[in-house]
Amino acid sequence: MHEFSIDNELQLARASGTSRLVTLEALARGASARIVSVDWDRFAPDEGARLRALGIDEGACVGMAHRGVFGGRDPLAITVGRMTVAVRRVHAAAMEVEPL
Amino acid sequence: MTGSRIAALVGNPNAGKSALFNALTGARQKIANYPGVTVERKAGRIVLPTGEPMDLIDLPGAYSFDPTSPDEEVTRKVVHGQFAGEATPEVLVVVLDAANLEQHLVFAQEVIALGRPTVVALNMVDLAERDGLVLDPAALASSLGVPVVPTVAVRRRGIAELIDAIARAEARVEPGEPHERPHLTLPERRLAATNIAKAAILSETTERRLHAGLDKVLLHPWIGPLILFAFLFVVFQAVFAWATPFADALEALIAAISDWVVATFPGGILRDFVTQGVLAGVGSVVVFLPQIVILFAFILAMEASGYMARAAFLMDRMMQSVGLSGRSFIPLLSSFACAIPGIMATRSIADPKDRLTTILIAPLMTCSARLPVYAVIIAAFIPQVKVGPSGFAFIGLQGLVLFALYVAGIVGAMAVALVLRRSVTKGAASGFIMELPRYQLPHLGDLLIGLWQRAWVFLRRAGTIIFTVTVVLWILLSFPRAEPGQSQVDASIAGQLSKGLAVVVEPIGFNRDIALALIPAMAAREVAVSSLATTYAVDAPEDDEAATEAGLASQLSSRWSLPTALAFLAWFVFAPQCLSTIAVVRRETNGWKWPMFMLGYLFALAYIFAGLTYWTAVALGL
Repeated sequence: MHEFSIDNELQLARASGTSRLVTLEALARGASARIVSVDWDRFAPDEGARLRALGIDEGACVGMAHRGVFGGRDPLAITVGRMTVAVRRVHAAAMEVEPL
Repeated sequence: MTGSRIAALVGNPNAGKSALFNALTGARQKIANYPGVTVERKAGRIVLPTGEPMDLIDLPGAYSFDPTSPDEEVTRKVVHGQFAGEATPEVLVVVLDAANLEQHLVFAQEVIALGRPTVVALNMVDLAERDGLVLDPAALASSLGVPVVPTVAVRRRGIAELIDAIARAEARVEPGEPHERPHLTLPERRLAATNIAKAAILSETTERRLHAGLDKVLLHPWIGPLILFAFLFVVFQAVFAWATPFADALEALIAAISDWVVATFPGGILRDFVTQGVLAGVGSVVVFLPQIVILFAFILAMEASGYMARAAFLMDRMMQSVGLSGRSFIPLLSSFACAIPGIMATRSIADPKDRLTTILIAPLMTCSARLPVYAVIIAAFIPQVKVGPSGFAFIGLQGLVLFALYVAGIVGAMAVALVLRRSVTKGAASGFIMELPRYQLPHLGDLLIGLWQRAWVFLRRAGTIIFTVTVVLWILLSFPRAEPGQSQVDASIAGQLSKGLAVVVEPIGFNRDIALALIPAMAAREVAVSSLATTYAVDAPEDDEAATEAGLASQLSSRWSLPTALAFLAWFVFAPQCLSTIAVVRRETNGWKWPMFMLGYLFALAYIFAGLTYWTAVALGL
């Protein structure tokens, strides 16, 4: 069911070498991106469900609002729609995004 | 069950459900637990335009009917009428955050699809407009097929209209139509949510100046933590400084009552019972009400304004280093007032291992019940001088010692968490996923309702547990009556009992009076002060009531050595002496295993650290 919302454009991007794809963790502050794929195995089952319930899922457009506090720059504040959600860097690293 | 009809508020967390619940029901609320689970059940009553009353329950926030937490499980069961002992709600009131329609409509569709009488409260429309988002409730109503009422719960707007809509809500299942619509998958519902939200938007600018501007400062990697610590410093200053006049007034009131009793009634065992037992004991606890109220005022305001989630964000990195997450910060901060609301606040922690660890370390946060103990000992043994580098001696030594005791508790808690997460509560590292709600000005009435509920819990505790313990202790101390020339304490039952305990605590420098105070202080730490006061009052010359409270410090400094006093302080940093906390831990962990574990490790730490303090102080010749 996670394959559902990937649109054609992204499938093309994937097919054409995926050179633009980075992890969400690497996104600069203020940048936005579309989530292409998520390695759900790196999440506890509850955490994956929670993220999806918040709308952070494949196909979602997200923005990097804040990158943590000094010493580790963890956690990250991600915007999805008009909502801001705190996520740890390890989790963001499990998401592949296409910068917009 | 009153037999009247029931409506239920359903919605995502941070949709403003609690504020809406307060606006609908006013201050008359019944708060209890759902049977068998540690989820809070809030119930109240609304009056329909026809004059007919209707019960209203505030269900825990949920993101879907596919539960990922005990809270969501309760919501799912109650809505579906599967919760034993809980009537199926007749009308479902879906609460939506107007500014987060896209996200909140995902769950709303699930609720509406049940086909039951449903009303949508389009809440916080003012904040949405502030963010440049103008919505059309009529368009939303026609897409969803249910009435939509715009509300601003914290400003009490749209409430009458919402009650009206609840009264007129009807089931939408047409005859012949299947009861449940075909089940949509999550991505399908999300796509539909996006389309419905788009159709309802009249105009939209992407400006979110206030929200983004505040976060730019408050979540700044360097400035953000500085502001948080400055804020917490102000909070603790306020707790100590602002509360003093109120506490003094309460103390004076209790003294006046005591004087009046002494002047009005003839001397005897009954009068002694009232003044030395009830007033000295309960009074010494009630004086902490102002501090608890002030701390909770800050905590409630932090929660209602949206800053609490930012505090959790800022603290997550630090908590991560001991194996916890930012979510643990909120319960631990509450524990500075009292471990009981702190432990109950751990329910918002989804990870069970994280939650258990937080529960186990919560009693190490210096709760307000330790303050009377610390305050009395510090006043009696620590000189009121300023210390600091020569020429800059402006730091009060007493305040410094108090601060050190707080730090000892925090450092102890972090160290224990680190050890527990590697042993007893070992498990996969938990994550930190938390919505950061938009900032808003809290509603004063909502804050007052919350404050009243917490103050009431504290007073009820003082009126029941602490009252009972004080009375029992007074009886144990007063009988059998001493022979002339013999000390009343030595003659009493309690005096005999404490001789046994004294043997155990003697190596760490505790005298028999302390052993005697530790027994009743098992019920609540602050009882240690009242029982020391009672002990020395019973022991004091006839009718010397003044010695009960004011003279306690001078009594102590003449009877205890400095190493003993310091060891006593160290003991209370760790000792789990609070029956209510133990009872709450038992309830929250569903068994005796964890409260017993907590008792064991905390007493062991208390004994070791009191001992180390005593032996070190003696070796240093203090």
